Amino acid sequence: MSTTERPLSPHLSIYRWPITMALSILHRASGIGLAVGLIALVGWLMSIAAGPESYLYFSSFMSTIFGRILLIAWSFAFFYHLSNGVRHLFWDAGYGFEKSQANASAWVAIAAAIILTAGFWVVVV
Amino acid sequence: MAEFRLPPNSRIKKGKHFAAANGSDNVRQFAVYRYDPDSKDNPRVDTYEIDMNSCGPMVLDALIKIKNEIDPTLTFRRSCREGICGSCAMNIDGGNTLACLKSVDEVRGDVKIYPLPHMPVVKDLVPDLTNFYAQYASIKPWLQTRTPPPPDRERLQSKADQELIDEPSACILCACCSTSCPSYWWNSDRYLGPAALLASYRWLVDSRDEATGERLDDLEDPFRLYRCHTIMNCTQTCPKGLNPAKAIAETKKMMAERRH
Repeated sequence: MSTTERPLSPHLSIYRWPITMALSILHRASGIGLAVGLIALVGWLMSIAAGPESYLYFSSFMSTIFGRILLIAWSFAFFYHLSNGVRHLFWDAGYGFEKSQANASAWVAIAAAIILTAGFWVVVV
Repeated sequence: MAEFRLPPNSRIKKGKHFAAANGSDNVRQFAVYRYDPDSKDNPRVDTYEIDMNSCGPMVLDALIKIKNEIDPTLTFRRSCREGICGSCAMNIDGGNTLACLKSVDEVRGDVKIYPLPHMPVVKDLVPDLTNFYAQYASIKPWLQTRTPPPPDRERLQSKADQELIDEPSACILCACCSTSCPSYWWNSDRYLGPAALLASYRWLVDSRDEATGERLDDLEDPFRLYRCHTIMNCTQTCPKGLNPAKAIAETKKMMAERRH
């Protein structure tokens, strides 16, 4: 029997995610989210360039619940990517590789992202 | 590129159920991945009820009991039954570990047993480790020297230098770490994976080895070393308590430091 016919054992569907794995994929997702969020920034700048009417249209859309959800998600992506990025800097310097440290720093990164996002919206809005 | 779905020939079907004899009050159910290369069928998951009053405490004990008493066609690797040979590495309750070191009591509910993830399956719980071993060989896991050895004795090491290689030398090549790594799942053709990189680190920090430069040159590639994104599954799952993620980070530091 040829080896190429061998079935592939299951992976994502059966693996129990450690917290570090969940945060790793969230880091990549938030990075993609940040890039997608730039479209909103460009839209905002274009609406300013197109005059007061279009700016009013754009800002009223962003004031709707849907617009707010987008902005809050974008700001969370920013703060999460930042917090977890700092975690990666410690790793790059060789610190925080014990299991207990990596698991603890995961929760610190999540808590920091939530607190920074909440604080940002309390201060800004 | 990452392929998240299993190919059609690998999708798992429902299998057979083997009930325990009536009257036992301590029954646990084991759900075991089965694949028979001699049939044209897809893999399936068979369930076995085991009376734990007449079974040893470890998952390996239960597998041996199934093979001896219920279903002799069940196929798995095992040898030492004490965590030193690495043969019985498999995915138990969602994590990779050695069946001989995993107590049934640690698992809640059904004990789900699969082969090591994202590997070609030879039969049942036996994965094809050819590529894994080839990657280990590719890091040249032996002492490389240019200077002649001392004429009257071995090449000696200080105690501090020995301690550097103490932990990475304890790897038993069971492949739990590499097959827990999503980067390895998606790129095992080009990424060496945590086990081979831990072995590489063991020789990089060996004070007697004189091929450090060449060893680092061999890792200077977008994939072989740098597909590690510090997901940490390797360190989380290692049944020997080793830390491949840290060894990889130290290797990346050696790479960065030699550029200056």
